[in-house]
Amino acid sequence: MERVRIVFSGSGGQGVITAAILLAEAAVLYEGLEATQSQSYGPEARGGATRSDVIITDRPIRFPKVIQPNILICLTQESYNKFCGIIRPGGMLLTDSRFVTTERKVDARQFELPMFRTVMDKIGKPIVFNIFMLGTLIGLTDLMRPESVMKVLEKRIPSHFLEMNRKALELGLELGQENK
Amino acid sequence: MTNNIRFVQGNEACVEGALYAGLDFFSGYPITPSTEVAEHLANRLPAKGGKFLQMEDEIASMCAIIGASLTGKKVMTATSGPGFSLKQEALGYAIMAEIPCVVVNVQRGGPSTGNPTHVSQADVMQARWGRHGDQSIVCLTASNNQDVFEMTVEAFNIAETYRTPVVLLLDETVGHMREKIVVPKAGEIPLVERLRTAVREGVDYHPYLPREDGRLPMSDFGDVHRYNVTGLFHDMWGFPTTNPGVVHGLLRHLNDKINNNANQMARYKEYYMDDAERVLISYGASARSALHVVENRRPRGERLGLLELQTLWPFPDVVVREKCRNAVSVCVVEMNMGQVMQAVKAAVDDPGKVFLANRIDGNLITPTDIRGILRLIQGRGV
Repeated sequence: MERVRIVFSGSGGQGVITAAILLAEAAVLYEGLEATQSQSYGPEARGGATRSDVIITDRPIRFPKVIQPNILICLTQESYNKFCGIIRPGGMLLTDSRFVTTERKVDARQFELPMFRTVMDKIGKPIVFNIFMLGTLIGLTDLMRPESVMKVLEKRIPSHFLEMNRKALELGLELGQENK
Repeated sequence: MTNNIRFVQGNEACVEGALYAGLDFFSGYPITPSTEVAEHLANRLPAKGGKFLQMEDEIASMCAIIGASLTGKKVMTATSGPGFSLKQEALGYAIMAEIPCVVVNVQRGGPSTGNPTHVSQADVMQARWGRHGDQSIVCLTASNNQDVFEMTVEAFNIAETYRTPVVLLLDETVGHMREKIVVPKAGEIPLVERLRTAVREGVDYHPYLPREDGRLPMSDFGDVHRYNVTGLFHDMWGFPTTNPGVVHGLLRHLNDKINNNANQMARYKEYYMDDAERVLISYGASARSALHVVENRRPRGERLGLLELQTLWPFPDVVVREKCRNAVSVCVVEMNMGQVMQAVKAAVDDPGKVFLANRIDGNLITPTDIRGILRLIQGRGV
């Protein structure tokens, strides 16, 4: 498979790091792939632009950081401003249309999708924004089977929140597939 | 798919390795980037009947593991640079009193409180020489989470075999990065258990009288034998002495038991070394970048190889000398100002062919950084 290099970015509390871990864990545990996940720590991770790097591939991963992501996800204006320049030419940029106004043209397929608005309209709880975003990402890219992410959610999330997360993942998936 | 596959941080891999090795007691004082070791053990260790103690500081946590080890327990503490500095005095005591223990140092930038959330490998020489007096120590490292697991088990095995502290030197990148580990089944990796004395109650027990093979059987403190433990030079009963013959013999013993077994303790990995003209030597997170370069340049016909060191002390100088014998150049890749490079220069036949590819700004050295230095060494400019 092609080596997938993803940078998730946003602000602290949006769950971008959790989303990155869930995706990478799903790849390793349920897709039989190799994955690494790393993240910014300290002052950078508190407020400001939080970042998490994920590499997914079927071969051993040596250098674990992402220098030029072929998938970049930005959930705040600040993270978009900071990271939009590092995207690999020909890659993919996914932003949330509520939080990010894309100003520059980058050499990438750009998806500005109403992820946050859909979450609020259909579920009403911002806490599942990150899971919705994962669904959208998988819907756009067919990166892995959504069931694999769902299995990780089942393992990690308290049972009374599971249904809400399942719904967020499915709605995100639909939004991604519609815009593919 | 088997359920022993886990997706964890390097620090958690260390926890899994310690539990696999039979850790009974952990005391520590949380510090970035090692905190997850304490965090996960606080949860896991009591659940399997072990003891977890959060102490008032790093000095106390080092002293607590020494005491616990003497009672027959497998012990560990974890810290980072500033805490490692504080532990040095008690670490010297553990060397002198021959107490098996494992000290994990997840390195961050220094000196002083330095660069807490960023990567560095600048504690290699501190691990070797951080304490006063002539002494030797064992220091292991790892570049991926599976190796972190295995080297943690190895650290316990070496500590018990040689009755000595073992430093496990990790770094922020490996400690915080998540990747796959496969936890082996019980028994898959052999474990070394404490060598206990066969001397019965009421019979004289000599805690510091080595057997022919150099090993010292221990008696659990609080059990049937009473004996003295001290940081002073001591005789075979453990009582202080200034007798020149005893002082000389003990100092020799403390150093010989490590250095004479350097070959047995030498753990390393080699990649594409058979016909390598240019050798990279690296360890820890840097070795990942170095291997990336080697795997990328090989298909283009560059005869590059990587020697990844997993034992840093006692320095595997025989391995390094042999592996570098036919190399045109040797480039040491590390995130400090040349600490292992100095040891490599001392080991090889021609120190003039040893170069340093380093990065000291708190970021993981990249394959591009290394390629740039290689081009310079080859006289091809930047």
